Amino acid sequence: MEVSSLPISASHRAKLISAGYISISSLSSISPAHLARDLGISENEATGILKVASQRGGPERTIPSHHSIVDGAQTAWDMLHEEESCRRITTSCADLDDILGGGISCKEVTEIGGVPGIGKTQLGIQLAINVQIPLEYGGLAGKAVYIDTEGSFMVERVQQVAEACIKDMQEYDSFLRKDLPARQVNLQANDFLANIYYFRICSYTEQIAVINYLEKFISEHKDIKVVIVDSITFHFRQDFDDMALRTRLLGGMALKLMKLAKKFTLAVILLNQVTTKYSGGSFQLTLALGDSWSHACTNRIILYWNGNGRYAHIDKSPSIRSASAPYAVTGRGIRNLASNCKRVKLILRARLAHDEHICRSLI
Amino acid sequence: MRKSVNRVWRRVMANKLISEMGLPKSIANIFAARNIHTAKDALSLTEFELMELLDVGLAEVTTAVSSISEISCPPYQTRMHNEHLAGHLPTRLKGLDAALCGGIPFGVITELVGPAGIGKTQFCLKLSLLASLPSSHGGLDGHVVYVDTESKFSSRRMIEIGVNSFPEIFQIEGMAQQMAGRILVLQPTTPTEFSECLQKIKDSLLQHHVKLLVIDSMAALVSGRDGQGQCRQHPLGWHMTFIKSLAEFSRIPVVVTNQVRSHSGDDPFHYSFQDSRQNLDFPTTFDSHLVAALGIPWAHAVSIRLVLESKSGQRFIKVAKSSMSPPVAFTFAISASGISLLHDDGIEMTGPEINAICGQVLKHFNVASSINDAHNIKYFRDFEVTVVYSIKNWSFRVVCG
Repeated sequence: MEVSSLPISASHRAKLISAGYISISSLSSISPAHLARDLGISENEATGILKVASQRGGPERTIPSHHSIVDGAQTAWDMLHEEESCRRITTSCADLDDILGGGISCKEVTEIGGVPGIGKTQLGIQLAINVQIPLEYGGLAGKAVYIDTEGSFMVERVQQVAEACIKDMQEYDSFLRKDLPARQVNLQANDFLANIYYFRICSYTEQIAVINYLEKFISEHKDIKVVIVDSITFHFRQDFDDMALRTRLLGGMALKLMKLAKKFTLAVILLNQVTTKYSGGSFQLTLALGDSWSHACTNRIILYWNGNGRYAHIDKSPSIRSASAPYAVTGRGIRNLASNCKRVKLILRARLAHDEHICRSLI
Repeated sequence: MRKSVNRVWRRVMANKLISEMGLPKSIANIFAARNIHTAKDALSLTEFELMELLDVGLAEVTTAVSSISEISCPPYQTRMHNEHLAGHLPTRLKGLDAALCGGIPFGVITELVGPAGIGKTQFCLKLSLLASLPSSHGGLDGHVVYVDTESKFSSRRMIEIGVNSFPEIFQIEGMAQQMAGRILVLQPTTPTEFSECLQKIKDSLLQHHVKLLVIDSMAALVSGRDGQGQCRQHPLGWHMTFIKSLAEFSRIPVVVTNQVRSHSGDDPFHYSFQDSRQNLDFPTTFDSHLVAALGIPWAHAVSIRLVLESKSGQRFIKVAKSSMSPPVAFTFAISASGISLLHDDGIEMTGPEINAICGQVLKHFNVASSINDAHNIKYFRDFEVTVVYSIKNWSFRVVCG
């Protein structure tokens, strides 16, 4: 292993090489005082260099249990066990869960994009609620981090979705556990709201800062199981003159998020906007942030209109087959596209009646 | 509440200085020596770039970046349902208020989009009046800032709406003057003046109990191109972000009107994975050759989009984008007392039709008979514009009425 690949400052590296220390093994049995004299640096700095070098030590260092031909690798067999035991977050829409293989995977970065009004924020909110479903109802009993760059997190809507989720849990209890003694769902909508850590981000600097900070934050709050960024695009879309810088920053963010997902076994969901692209002789819709970003995420889901319904299409995934499924955005959140029409009239009539009742009670 | 708003403004506007972050002296000095003064400067570089620039090891860079990030990151909140943050301005249109959970929400941008002469300005005038009313009558009891870029503001029409909708208030001596006195009209004529207006608004928002901001219209100052994908820099990019943060930090409702333009062959509707052959008749299915101006980035930035359109001689107001409402349309008419819904039960619309904007010609007598004579000429002019559209775009469209 070469000295030039050590993560030390450029001037130290240059001094090492000019003093003749090309490979790491040449540093293995030297004392800090000797090195300091040779390079003309302080003993503290020399100790630091030797420490870094020993951490990067070569093949002599053996790690017990992993059969590592290559240091730090895992066998595919071990990974298979991990993948199978990995929980998934349900989207509350059975068709969508089906094409996703059970739900959003908890160790990967998933990007979800679509035109305005298609339901991206709705899906984000639904997942922030669903991650909190208790274990006995098939959920993950986790908490959520919601990074809001656009101000689209409307508390009233989150309350609606939370209340519907609680009702669903109660229905599950009464239908599927008839034989067992009745159990009260002791959750309120406010409990769900309290478990969502909400960050309001107003600039790209803050966006990078929060993603850097998440590693420390999540190690202090280990029950966070999902990180939702709504949307990743907003601050990178306007007022960005230097496109090369933008690509570098986005790349850095993507890597950090992937590392977070893997290290803490959580799902990272990035919501993206759309833009137009000229290809094949016509303009087409495509997700924003450019071609290099499209390689950054592990999974990519596009939400779109098809005829009269909203559909989700799995555009890119290493493990799931490409497919589309319909879904609906209802008063209760994301649900199956079953017959949903009557509910709308009921919702409005209920609200009108409620308002009238309030007016009458005030008179 | 005012104190917290001020603090938040300062946080957004200031770019945190590294020298004030409490980092270890040695590393803070190195940053300063290399001209990296703010968090933005530091975080815009990758860790390897920082290593090269500052001539320090990776471990030190990582620690410094993580401290800077922790300090620049806004604190987290848990958004419990908070009454004063989630307020609404009731529009007095019962069906619409029910659909919007109370009315025009505070803190976000509500967009009104539709063809010329459909009633957007009428709606804005009514909302301005509603916001200035005392709270005993369901108003917000505050000032209204009305940015009028097309010289459409008519105080005479507004008083007429007031007298007809709230006779008990306006008949009191001096009330009309007090209400009208709360509405401040700005009329910028160039994009630069518009930008200056926005800055002035931001400064006076907090001090003067402004409870509603209306911008009528946003698109008027953009000449021609409207950010249709190719131009990287949207001409109103800065304004969009500015208005959005204004809305959010002052927690007032912001209503913006948008124009329409005819759908050109270049407007994309499909992704590459969709088979475009199946959907060839997509544009004509909805009888619509109009799309909202200002492009896709603007459509993402607004939180509520109300589409006003006319079809078969009937006017509709549709809730096209709203996270709290089902997709419904209401029929409405313009009368002496502003806008009124013909039925409070909305018509549910499935599918993308809720987003389409139809620009069919209105019945002539609908327009003329319902508006005060003094305004007839202006509305007739708008009506003529619509007629021209119809001749150019749909050669077989019969002019109704």
